[in-house]
Amino acid sequence: MQIYLPIAEVSVNMFLILGLGGLVGLLSGMFGVGGGFLLTPLLFFIGIPPAVAVATGANQIVASSISGVLAHLKRKTVDLRMGTVLLIGGIIGASFGVMLFNHLKSLGQVDLLVNLFYVVFLGIIGALMMIESIRALRKSRRGAPPARRKHNWVHGLPLKMRFRTSGLYISVIPPLGVGLMVGVLAAIMGVGGGFIMVPAMIYILGMPTKVVIGTSLFQIIFVAAFTTTLHAATNYTVDIALALFLLVGGVIGAQFGTVIGTRLKAEQLRVLLAALVLAVCLKLGLELLIEPSELYSIAEVQ
Amino acid sequence: MRWLLALLTCLALPVEAEEVVLGLSRDQISISTDFDGSEILIFGAIKRETPINAEPLQVIVTVAGPSVPVDVRRKSRVAGIWVNTLSVEVDRAPSFYAIATSAAWSESISHVEDLRHRVSIPQAIRSVGAPMEIADSQSFTEALIRIRERNDLYQLNEASVNLREQTLFDTSITLPANLTEGTYPTRIFLTRGGAVVSKLETEIEVRKVGLERWLFTLSRQQPLVYGLLSLAIAAIAGWGASTLFRIIRQQ
Repeated sequence: MQIYLPIAEVSVNMFLILGLGGLVGLLSGMFGVGGGFLLTPLLFFIGIPPAVAVATGANQIVASSISGVLAHLKRKTVDLRMGTVLLIGGIIGASFGVMLFNHLKSLGQVDLLVNLFYVVFLGIIGALMMIESIRALRKSRRGAPPARRKHNWVHGLPLKMRFRTSGLYISVIPPLGVGLMVGVLAAIMGVGGGFIMVPAMIYILGMPTKVVIGTSLFQIIFVAAFTTTLHAATNYTVDIALALFLLVGGVIGAQFGTVIGTRLKAEQLRVLLAALVLAVCLKLGLELLIEPSELYSIAEVQ
Repeated sequence: MRWLLALLTCLALPVEAEEVVLGLSRDQISISTDFDGSEILIFGAIKRETPINAEPLQVIVTVAGPSVPVDVRRKSRVAGIWVNTLSVEVDRAPSFYAIATSAAWSESISHVEDLRHRVSIPQAIRSVGAPMEIADSQSFTEALIRIRERNDLYQLNEASVNLREQTLFDTSITLPANLTEGTYPTRIFLTRGGAVVSKLETEIEVRKVGLERWLFTLSRQQPLVYGLLSLAIAAIAGWGASTLFRIIRQQ
């Protein structure tokens, strides 16, 4: 059944959108990431204009993050104080990201920017995750307990603050910086940035793993909500109809994903996620490197 | 002097002697949520005071979408990756353009008449200037036509107008699913020997209706309200989903 999307101005198959939402929801349930990094490229692929895909992707992330954070709040695995610090950085980053996005849109380079961001960040994160999880797999086979580094350069910075839930006493500069970076990414890539935020919280800030996902989701809700509003107000590119079908699919998929996720080992999950991230990165990277069959493209004059 | 005037009138008469009487299956296309393209039937008759001319008459029907300026961009390789480097602004290009003729294109209209009435696809696009550094601005216009033809946005359907007894004609134009809103000027030309003998213009309105209309208007006129509405929907869906599944699990 075809539906006409009022903002994207294209007609798409309803079940295809539901399926996409479901697939991304399944993965986000399995791996505990928002899934925006998969959703936005998939939306490009089925012919949604990039600007609409990015803005609507951000809206979809709001819904899936709220759904996730409620469960974490109940388990008290959200560091609200850390979340707020990350959020301040995030809002500043997102404003800057949307400004950059609009500027490059007027230059006709927005597709390139989005693609480059995807290739670079998915490549780095995917490779790091793959190396780390393969190491962890080997270690767990040998039976050695995984060691977490307690002190690094982060702990020498000024403006220290106590984060009780995380059991940390560190400077606010690194969380602000991490928040800022993720905010820029959220605006440009239409992602929540969980796949960058989570490793940054563990390896840079040294937060305990159990509060990482909840806290990351908490701040992503607000950054993604802010991004959505900015895109809607300045670019008119949020498509409610598209978002609604993605939501329905995503919500159902996430529940099945959670069930599958609990049956797999954490290390196995991380290897799978890393492989997935690298596959998306490779596909987008090849598109930039291989000569396209159509060199020309049409865009409306701004 | 009087006979000269009479002669002129006689000469002028054949031009207006054949007129189109037009019918449209619909003059309003509504884009609703389930819009999946549309077909309009254009039919009519030729009214004439004089006997049918020996030379056969041809009919050309054109339907155009709203014209807007567009940027056509070309990629080239920069530092190993493919990047949009050059762009040409085309001053006016219809978002949709379909031509239906009753005979092969070359038999339907002469080049001079095409230039005068802007009938063919390249004539419907107006491209005035390209930046100095672009020598082959023509290839940008060609690319525009090629891409839109591939998406069925530009169509030339030769010999798709049925013309009976030089009097009754009908054709159907397929409008694709990715249609934009606006007024679609529709023209019918009668030609004989490549020259236009009569011309009729009308309009087809393409409008989003119902929910589509409401959402689109809201997003443009009250973007902030629209943004907050989409967030509210997302928040309710997220909260609703987690609540619903918790209830299911508890049972």
